[in-house]
Amino acid sequence: MRKAIDEFLKDLENDLLKMSGMVTEAIQQSITALKEKDLELAKEVRQNDQKINDIRLNIEEKCINIIATQQPVASDLRKIIAILNIITELERIGDYASGTAKITQKLGNGELVKPLIDIPRMAELAIDMVERSIAAYAKEDEKAARLINSQDDDIDELYHQVLRELISIMIEDPRTITRATYLIWVAHNLERTGDRVTNICERIIYLITGDMIEKL
Amino acid sequence: MMENLTKEKSLTSIIDTSSEFQFNGVKSTASDMKIRMETKNLTVMYGKSTGIKDVSIPIYDNKVTALIGPSGCGKTTFLRALNRMHDMTRIAKVTGEVLLDNKNIYDEDVNPVIIRRKIGMVFQKPTPFPTMSIYDNVVAGLKLVGIRKKSLLQDVCEKALTQAALFDEVKDRLNDSGVSLSGGQQQRLSIARALAVEPEVLLMDEPTSSLDPQATTRIEELIHTLKNDVTIIIITHNMQQAARVSDKTAFFYVGDLVEMGDTRNIFTKPKEKKTEEYLTGRFG
Ligand SMILES: Nc1ncnc2c1ncn2[C@@H]1O[C@H](COP(=O)(O)OP(=O)(O)OP(=O)(O)O)[C@@H](O)[C@H]1O
Ligand SMILES: [Mg+2]
Repeated sequence: MRKAIDEFLKDLENDLLKMSGMVTEAIQQSITALKEKDLELAKEVRQNDQKINDIRLNIEEKCINIIATQQPVASDLRKIIAILNIITELERIGDYASGTAKITQKLGNGELVKPLIDIPRMAELAIDMVERSIAAYAKEDEKAARLINSQDDDIDELYHQVLRELISIMIEDPRTITRATYLIWVAHNLERTGDRVTNICERIIYLITGDMIEKL
Repeated sequence: MMENLTKEKSLTSIIDTSSEFQFNGVKSTASDMKIRMETKNLTVMYGKSTGIKDVSIPIYDNKVTALIGPSGCGKTTFLRALNRMHDMTRIAKVTGEVLLDNKNIYDEDVNPVIIRRKIGMVFQKPTPFPTMSIYDNVVAGLKLVGIRKKSLLQDVCEKALTQAALFDEVKDRLNDSGVSLSGGQQQRLSIARALAVEPEVLLMDEPTSSLDPQATTRIEELIHTLKNDVTIIIITHNMQQAARVSDKTAFFYVGDLVEMGDTRNIFTKPKEKKTEEYLTGRFG
């Protein structure tokens, strides 16, 4: 039934928007917590990760239900497959934010080894990429999906910059090794987030064109 | 000349010939798919109105081809043209060619009776011969060609009824009249009759529309087994059935072939917007 499928798909799209909102908020809060040594906020990010996992399972269940009862084909089927893959990527991104929050908890009230400039900039880019990818999904905008990938290069570049900087700090003062390594992990989490968004974009292109692409 | 050129061009654009599929990791290409039948610019007119126009498609050997499309789009018209069933409809006029093993079945020197024995048909509605027993219904085609040996007829009858998923239900009443069976049983009887003469090509017009899910499943399994020996063309309004049983799918719309290709491609990424709209129920 066309009407039933349309309603299901609309509902799924709302869930997806909600989930991506939760994920971008988690990234934002995880970086804020790190910057401001806000351990309370870090704890909250980790608790919210459970909610992200829950909504992902909920969406997955709805997809299974549609497949079982409506037997979607063609673009309907591709949409559901795309959603199933996108939520997996979003959940992993949530895990990265949670990982960053955990690092903040480990750092406790100790001094950071360097002022945070590039890392918040990476987070901004990552959040923007997630938001734009979900918008590209909603609008089925192939061009936008392809464009988002160029942003990933910017994140990669920042990551290498942060890495170089932190390594030189560690060489100068080996006492910083533990704390600097934590920051490398944070930067790594953000770099991986960018990679996950490119996976999302590949799925969006599959949804629109029906073509599976390996690397954009 | 010009006309032929444009026709050829449009043909390649609607028929997906790039078929290449993977089965158990073994890559197979279009090259090992043999064309068994082929229509060329097949047009059927009913008086002044068009049944189908200019349909050119290949039918591959030992494959199941599904014909789908909304009611009245010409599926049955196309199917009936494949074994010269229109010969019996006075107002129907068939032009173009239907090749079976590269020979046009509409050529002067072709005997339509022999064609219909090679190319069997199962109709949408059950068609038992009312005055005959179940047994006689099944072996009618064989008797017609002069086979009289009782043990052979009995073997064929049992095999055909078993294939059609009916044997267990009727084995104790083979001498009852064919019309004493339920609608679904009559349909399976019609299938058994078509199978008894061991056709090379089997045309099925919505063969399971009157069957319950269990009998439907058995007929689908039968189709799956049969395709090792028989080339099958099936019309169905059940999209899931087309997806399940067929290797190739052709989509018709108001007398035109819109698109034909590998079933898995048609159902995941159809090329034509019309096909997409039909499959996803966005029509009208
Ligand atoms: N014997 C006939 N005389 C006149 N017109 C006919 C005849 N048979 C079919 N038609 C017309 O030809 C067109 C195609 O009919 P056809 O039976 O091939 O459609 P179909 O795709 O099989 O439809 P359905 O899914 O309802 O069985 C229709 O417009 C139909 O009215
Ligand atoms: Mg019909």
